Amino acid sequence: MSETNKKQSASSGIEWYLEKFSSFENKLNGRFQSPIHEIRKKAAGLLFGMDFPTIKNEEWKYTNISPILKFNFIPSVNADVVNVTKEHIDSYVFNDFDYHLLVFVNGIYFRELSRAENLQDGIIIDSFGNLEKNNPELLKKYVNKFSIIDNAFNALNTAFAYDGAVVIIPDNLIVEKPIQILFLNVSEKENLLIQPRNLVVAGKNSQSKIIINYRGAGGKEYFDNIVTEILADENSVVDFYKVQKENENAFHIEKVQAVQKRSSVFNHYNFVFGGSLVRNDINSILDGEGIECHYYGLYLTNKKRHVDNHTFVEHAKPNCMSNELYKGIMDDESRGVFNGKILVRKDAQKTNAYQSNKAILLSEKARLDTKPQLEIFADDVKCSHGAAIGSLDELSEFYIRSRGVPEDIAKSMLIRAFASDVIEQTKIEELKEQLNHIVFEQLHRKEVTNK
Amino acid sequence: MLSIKNLKANVEGKEILKGIDLSVNKGEVHAIMGPNGSGKSTLANVLAGNKSYEVTEGEIIFEGKNLLEMEPEDRARDGIFLAFQYPIEIAGISNATFLKTALNEIRKYYGQPEIGTKEFMDLIREKSKLLGMDEALISRYVNVGFSGGEKKRNEIFQLLMLNPKLALLDETDSGLDIDALKIVANGVNLFKNQNNAVIVVTHYQRLLNYIIPDFVHVLYKGKIIKSGGKELALELEEKGYDWIKNEEPVEQNL
Ligand SMILES: Nc1ncnc2c1ncn2[C@@H]1O[C@H](COP(=O)(O)OP(=O)(O)OP(=O)(O)O)[C@@H](O)[C@H]1O
Ligand SMILES: [Mg+2]
Repeated sequence: MSETNKKQSASSGIEWYLEKFSSFENKLNGRFQSPIHEIRKKAAGLLFGMDFPTIKNEEWKYTNISPILKFNFIPSVNADVVNVTKEHIDSYVFNDFDYHLLVFVNGIYFRELSRAENLQDGIIIDSFGNLEKNNPELLKKYVNKFSIIDNAFNALNTAFAYDGAVVIIPDNLIVEKPIQILFLNVSEKENLLIQPRNLVVAGKNSQSKIIINYRGAGGKEYFDNIVTEILADENSVVDFYKVQKENENAFHIEKVQAVQKRSSVFNHYNFVFGGSLVRNDINSILDGEGIECHYYGLYLTNKKRHVDNHTFVEHAKPNCMSNELYKGIMDDESRGVFNGKILVRKDAQKTNAYQSNKAILLSEKARLDTKPQLEIFADDVKCSHGAAIGSLDELSEFYIRSRGVPEDIAKSMLIRAFASDVIEQTKIEELKEQLNHIVFEQLHRKEVTNK
Repeated sequence: MLSIKNLKANVEGKEILKGIDLSVNKGEVHAIMGPNGSGKSTLANVLAGNKSYEVTEGEIIFEGKNLLEMEPEDRARDGIFLAFQYPIEIAGISNATFLKTALNEIRKYYGQPEIGTKEFMDLIREKSKLLGMDEALISRYVNVGFSGGEKKRNEIFQLLMLNPKLALLDETDSGLDIDALKIVANGVNLFKNQNNAVIVVTHYQRLLNYIIPDFVHVLYKGKIIKSGGKELALELEEKGYDWIKNEEPVEQNL
């Protein structure tokens, strides 16, 4: 990277992207006229008055994003700049079960390698770009309706919203196959700004399983800056699996905003394996009675990587439950942040809200900052939270070694045991062993499997 | 086979074993009895290589090797097995995976090839049948959700699968119902032969009706204060420990 590309301050970072906005508009062709573009322009306007967050901001206290600002990332608008083959794709997707598949390369839909045919009646599994061309009015009904712009990152995503995965499920449909969405990222020539804009609308009484899989395939530093909006309508069940294994030099920021209606169930699984600087904001509003919201998270950190998970569950109505289980495995000099906020509004009587965050530190230099944040305004509420940070249990390690098993495998077994609380929650059986495989691969430790 | 001389050990700076002497020969069964907190589990853990216990003096020679210099896994490969008083749960690892890993590590140590799938399954079936163990437990995660008795039975199952030279059974009888006790004791007796040895730690004479000891030792406050034949256990059952608490530690020469 040349000196002239370097940026000094947060506000100058914003300037760089604002300068790019008009050339981005030129690439939109017909989409320049679509109602979605009004949303983009409005976001660009908001971005104009913003700064990227600094550690002075309470929400970003432990996460210094300045490494991201050292680059002038170029918004990605083409998928065909890199050579991607079916073999490539096969090595990243999860296997051994039937699924629909959307493939995105550098955030842009890659039709040739996607497989979303023979769909059940009424379901839409498509790209944001296609929908903006073919049915912009439908898209407009949902985009930026659930997530409000609350920082420069999601303003940036919205201003440059160009492509992403869209799943719209009609009422009463039980989606037979899991929908797998692969985002394969590789910055070969430039430092790319990749900004998936995802949308899931689960109709009333529908049931679906969605796997979003962010993968890095080598190359230069890039910035994956994502916004995902999810509507779980009345009585729907949405299982949402996020697997993130970006390059070790990549930046990854995502805001997930879910809105849940009466009696819906939303399960969010967050597997954080890669990235050099990672921030997840996972937010749900429980906007109806009888709702269930489950957050499961497993994050692995090593080297000097930094992973920040912020979760936020807003109980707005009575008789709902939320349950959160986050586990971290941290090695080397890595840093982790867990901030779990639960807000129980005055009306939300008979709320049950639980939160548990546990981490094991495999090295003395790894560090986790953890903060539960309970704001409770109703009086008839059951709420609990717990955090535990420790190391691998020595007695358990001794037990395993006393059977003749060497130290490294004993430790791997205990790592697997620790991760299993989260991995076992996975409802797609075939994912479990594949997720375990990535755990050991990522931590560079001997693999233990039950196969 | 095993010779312990003047063994002293600390836990968190506190001396627990205060000079233990004990010899065990091939083909023998030794019982160690003694009141709660006297150091029985400590002795068993020190033998198996638990590093929470710091050995401050003495030596342990096992089959000509200095055990104290060996890692727990090497002791296991050389033939030491400890059935834990409180077996550990390992989520995410099935009993079968656990045993196959252990078995193969031991085989590797002896230059043997990995065990074949069929051979392994046959072995599992044979040994679990001996112990009347529900085969469903084999595919479950190690000790997770097992009842107290199932955990103890699983320890003996591991013993039979790994077939060590010296078995240390730390209160394997506690938590077992009367029928299970017989089955487990029968398992231990089937394991027993002229080339291996067993040390059973127990509070109750009952187990020793099934696993008949050649020697009974009383451990009290970190020392062996009395040794005798199997009749000593009967005497202890009848009279408790008070009558021997004032005895001088015995020099054991077997
Ligand atoms: N990890 C430990 N930390 C602190 N103290 C310990 C530890 N392990 C053992 N001790 C102490 O050492 C002493 C001997 O304990 P040990 O478990 O060896 O007794 P035991 O003879 O096996 O008793 P029991 O019959 O109750 O099983 C006890 O006072 C116990 O509290
Ligand atoms: Mg004990």
